[in-house]
Amino acid sequence: MSDATAGQVLTTQDGKPLKASLARALRREKLRALVLIAPLLLFVVLTFVAPIVDMLFRSVENGIVADTLPKTVVALQTWDPRSGEAPDEQVFAALYDDLAIAVEAKTHTRLGSRLNYEQTGISSLFRKTGRRINRMDEAGPFKDQFLNADKKWGEVETWQVLKQYSPRYTDGYFLSAVDAQRTIDGISLKPENEQIYLFLFGRTLFLSIVITISCLLLGYPIAFLLAHLPLRTSNLLMILVLLPFWTSLLVRTSAWKVLLQQQGVINDFLVWINLISDANRLVMINNQTGTIIAMTHILLPFMILPLYSVMKTISPSYVRAAKSLGATDWTAFWRVYFPQSVPGIGAGAVLVFILAIGYYITPELVGGTSGIFISNRIAFHISSSLNWGLAAALGTMLLVAVLVLFMVYDRIVGIDNVKLG
Amino acid sequence: MAISRGAAVRYESVQKSYDGESLVVKNLNLDIPPGEFLTMLGPSGSGKTTCLMMLAGFEPATHGEIFLNDRPINNVPPHKRGIGMVFQNYALFPHMSVAENLAFPLQVRKMAKAEQEEKVQRALDMVELGSFGNRRPAQLSGGQQQRVAVARALVFDPELVLMDEPLGALDKQLREQMQYEIKHIHENLGVTVVYVTHDQTEALTMSDRVAVFNDGVIQQLSTPDDLYEDPQNSFVAQFIGENNKLDGKVIDVNGEACLVELHDGTKLKADRVNVSAVGDRTTLSLRPERVEFDTHDEMDNVVDGRIEELIYLGDHIRVRMTVAGNDEFIAKVRNRGQRRDLTVGDHVPIGWALNDCKALDPVA
Repeated sequence: MSDATAGQVLTTQDGKPLKASLARALRREKLRALVLIAPLLLFVVLTFVAPIVDMLFRSVENGIVADTLPKTVVALQTWDPRSGEAPDEQVFAALYDDLAIAVEAKTHTRLGSRLNYEQTGISSLFRKTGRRINRMDEAGPFKDQFLNADKKWGEVETWQVLKQYSPRYTDGYFLSAVDAQRTIDGISLKPENEQIYLFLFGRTLFLSIVITISCLLLGYPIAFLLAHLPLRTSNLLMILVLLPFWTSLLVRTSAWKVLLQQQGVINDFLVWINLISDANRLVMINNQTGTIIAMTHILLPFMILPLYSVMKTISPSYVRAAKSLGATDWTAFWRVYFPQSVPGIGAGAVLVFILAIGYYITPELVGGTSGIFISNRIAFHISSSLNWGLAAALGTMLLVAVLVLFMVYDRIVGIDNVKLG
Repeated sequence: MAISRGAAVRYESVQKSYDGESLVVKNLNLDIPPGEFLTMLGPSGSGKTTCLMMLAGFEPATHGEIFLNDRPINNVPPHKRGIGMVFQNYALFPHMSVAENLAFPLQVRKMAKAEQEEKVQRALDMVELGSFGNRRPAQLSGGQQQRVAVARALVFDPELVLMDEPLGALDKQLREQMQYEIKHIHENLGVTVVYVTHDQTEALTMSDRVAVFNDGVIQQLSTPDDLYEDPQNSFVAQFIGENNKLDGKVIDVNGEACLVELHDGTKLKADRVNVSAVGDRTTLSLRPERVEFDTHDEMDNVVDGRIEELIYLGDHIRVRMTVAGNDEFIAKVRNRGQRRDLTVGDHVPIGWALNDCKALDPVA
């Protein structure tokens, strides 16, 4: 019986340790399982993990300054921004050498665009200087020639930016993502009229929570109904719940436009029944209301399905037992049924919240300016401003925020309390 | 726990239909006196559980009235009926500890905290689970969960307790043990118990009276021994215990006795139960253990049987034989130590008393 408690290692008949034998016996099975999932694993790594890691890397990567202006970066190391003066001749000589090569390779405009994210005007500075560089006297002195080309070369701020972004890795994108900047006095918040991302993060969180709660309030009764109707009826209703999945997201969102706009169906109806006057038509679209309504509708099935599958497993005898023990309908529901449906609420809420926090297309179409999410800003930086580093930093922060919230949820409710069916 | 007297239950011409096309319960009239242990026994779909659910208040009666202590309760919601109930799968609330489960009926009755704790502890002691109050139901074995369910149904001192196949999920040994425990709890408390089961042994072991259900109708309502000894019809005879069937026709009636001719011409004397006149078709019912191998001339019935199969079961030997053309005829020979020289293929005379052979309604 208690072979293991005797303190000696268990062995097989031929004296090998039992554990090693067991591991060997199981190894073949494990290998087989690994081979079976290998294609999927490869697919996931190539199409999911790798792009994400690459994107995360872009949020700190900053090789362009050191690559384009290698000598200038070295020369700038001795320059102190606090001196309040532009660097000396030696740095300008290095800059001349670097730029001559860069202009040849036409990389100086890319560097200009990159540094323009940090300080507007640098892009045109580099382009202008690029055009003039061939006319400069190779013998020098370079400082005056550069100042002639553009007097911005004489400003401390220009050089500050260059020095600050000369390392290969930077926290600049993340600082921008939280509306902060690094000045010679250290890190500080940007002026109030330039702050945008913290506010957007806050709004994204707030709207996601509102949408999750609306989905829960609307979805719980539906799921309850579905779980307790006879199978034939509930199947029909389930098809209605899933119907939105079979329609294009774009079509559904556009349908909300038709319904909610000021000359739309709902407003027309309200005016027609004289509930509101023609002049006071409700503004329900291109603002937060529109985003909340449309997204609640789109994400509702993700709340209903986990709730339904959990409720389906709650035996009706629990509520019956509670009633037979003297509980009213409400007490039986609240004290017996509801606690058992919490895993479904958890699963549905996590699902809806995480989908909502990264939603892009619906806020873009119906959100106007007051209803857009942080993801719309990320999309803007990816496709319009081409500031991928900042987009990556914002994306990373979104990912971290979700993970943190997930951990908080785990602490409070417990992740094993989430059940999808 | 205070000795509380049980409640009286009366069903008056109760009918129940789920679909409006067929009756699940057909005109049920049943009187349960206070303190009785009544079992509703029957195959699945016989309407027994429906009867229980109507009493508990989870299914409305389509017609008729149910009385609890002479008070009509058709319009009383379940939570106001004050009936304890033990469910088939126990229905212990999984998110509450055992003690919380037991305190639940007391909490909803707004009982004082100290009194709650006292009652919970007493109920736990009653089912010998005194130290299990802090466990979750999932941490208990099936038998322990069963006891908690019984304790929960009794903790608020109901006068009537309903049990819906409460032992169905337990293994045989535990089931037998629990049968006695429930029986003893009933005897100690004096509550009325209505118990639903499809297990005849369970019904015979525990009940004061058994109502045998089939097809929405009570086939027989009597004490366990009457049920076994004097079945009122073929369904009861076959449902309760083992039973040999012999089909034939009544050829003579003499008071409580009658003479029946089987298909192969064998004539047997039988106790006339529910055949009325000469010429009626009938099915004779005979318990296997009433078949005697030591025949003598005074026996009412003696016939020839051919032994087909012998099964040794320790305390008795099952003998399958062909009697009057029926090769499913079973006789039980008690094992008294001396070996009987029964051999497959032998023809032996067997006999039985008139009273052990019941002439019942014909089976199909």
